[in-house]
Amino acid sequence: MLNDTQTAEAMTPQITVRDFNFYYGKYHALKNINLDVYRTKVTAFIGPSGCGKSTLLRTMNRMYDLYPDQRAEGTLLLDKTNILDKGIDINYLRSRVGMVFQKPTPFPMSIYDNIAFGVKLQEKLSRAEMDERVEWALKKAALWGEVKDTLNQSGMSLSGGQQQRLCIARAIAVKPEVLLLDEPTSALDPISTMRIEELVTELKDEFTIVIVTHNMQQAARMSDYTAYMYLGELIEFGVTDQIFIKPQKKQTEDYITGRFG
Amino acid sequence: MVNSAKRSAGLGDMIFLNLTRLSAVLTLVMLLGIIVALIYGAMPSLQKFGFSFLASREWNPPMDEFGAVVPIYGTLVTSLIALIIAVPVSFGIAIFLTELSPLWLRRPLGIAIELLAGIPSIVYGMWGLLIFAPLFGQYIQPFLSNTLGHIPLLGRLFQGPPMGIGLLSAGVILSIMIIPFIASVMRDVFEVTPGILKESAYAVGATTWEVVWKVVLPYTRAGVIGGIMLGLGRALGETMAVTFVIGNSAQLDTSSLYAAGNSIASALANEFSEAASPTHTAALIELGLILFLITFIVLVFSKLLLLKLNKQQGKES
Repeated sequence: MLNDTQTAEAMTPQITVRDFNFYYGKYHALKNINLDVYRTKVTAFIGPSGCGKSTLLRTMNRMYDLYPDQRAEGTLLLDKTNILDKGIDINYLRSRVGMVFQKPTPFPMSIYDNIAFGVKLQEKLSRAEMDERVEWALKKAALWGEVKDTLNQSGMSLSGGQQQRLCIARAIAVKPEVLLLDEPTSALDPISTMRIEELVTELKDEFTIVIVTHNMQQAARMSDYTAYMYLGELIEFGVTDQIFIKPQKKQTEDYITGRFG
Repeated sequence: MVNSAKRSAGLGDMIFLNLTRLSAVLTLVMLLGIIVALIYGAMPSLQKFGFSFLASREWNPPMDEFGAVVPIYGTLVTSLIALIIAVPVSFGIAIFLTELSPLWLRRPLGIAIELLAGIPSIVYGMWGLLIFAPLFGQYIQPFLSNTLGHIPLLGRLFQGPPMGIGLLSAGVILSIMIIPFIASVMRDVFEVTPGILKESAYAVGATTWEVVWKVVLPYTRAGVIGGIMLGLGRALGETMAVTFVIGNSAQLDTSSLYAAGNSIASALANEFSEAASPTHTAALIELGLILFLITFIVLVFSKLLLLKLNKQQGKES
């Protein structure tokens, strides 16, 4: 019984995108996207620059809300709630859907406070509980060993790769269900990139992960599902192995074999 | 090393180097020159009164007795009032302009604020004396007396006859004058905060207030403190507008902010051309020297504040 429900849960998508359109002012950036993001899996969005993959990612935590001329139409379900609804609590949504950006963005405060920042906004924890949470998040982000003695130092004093892991720790400290990664390694050196990739693979046991990447090898290595997008349209979506080994569409094949893009 | 660099740099670069060097040295020379001139001019007063100049409230030209307490007090109090009002207001303006305002409103509002900075101070003075002060005395001062005036200790600041002009009015006028400076600096530094940093804070569920207060402000604090210091520097040295509304009284026997007072700059403006005795002139020059020192102390203080904040954040430790 328990197993059945678990399997059923794993198979129901956590995020369901239906007939989704997105506009920057008059520019129609995403056209009729239909897509499912599965629970505790890694879903990668690939495609050439300007194809809308980051735009799609940024709708999943309503980041576009900050910009008055951007708007979305259609359905975007997180579990059963349409997060495009006007009435939803955006701050609560963002505590359920964490995000990490193209560049490391440590806040101008100590390492400890960087992690505690988001947690404090959502929960009232005692000092001891907070210490525990910070340690938990930093361990999850594979950063604890490097910073445990320097938690009071500025987050900005870390190296680029460490900063990005700090940002991942900060995002998971809030205990979100979904983690959005917007080209998280594009500003990092190869070794830091590798560490982030390993980290993501470990994190997918607990979090549903959506990653935008312009690095196809990265998508192939890390993801369970891949969506190939081009000029605002979803060209192909499926299990990663299938997309990379036997793409259904010529366009996808051209892109992943490097014939264009 | 320096020599070889010079040789390869050629004549044009050498001229350029020396021109820029000359400009830099010139500021130092001028600074020193002003200090020397002030000290020299203040010498008679320095010799006659010594440190008691800083402790005496007597300002009596006919008797040739001078003490700086009243103008120093007036300068500091009016500037403090100006900051207390201007900093939060400017902060609000800057947040609104950078984070909340609809796009079409940003430019006109920004320009309006810059225009406010361009109004000559004498215009503020006239407006303050003829329009602001009467209204202030008739409506706002009685209101403040009836509300803030009842608070123990603090209330004493808001009692006394509501004359319109006085220390408080001067402080309010000053605040209006420095708001554009502080607000536009704050807006500029808020604007250069990377969008992605703000988005990161929004992404963990922060509200606009939390993003600005906990992320943007710490990130931009050097600029923000710089802007506040710019405003404070202007408030300390502002002459015309203050002279119009401060009341120009060398007496100060009450702690009320409604009382007429004097600031260093307004005392200089009022009395310099009429100073009869050499001691009087020297005393006024010494006031100028003190104003210079106050500004210098403020500058040092702001640098120390920045150092302390950086340490708290743990930047270099």
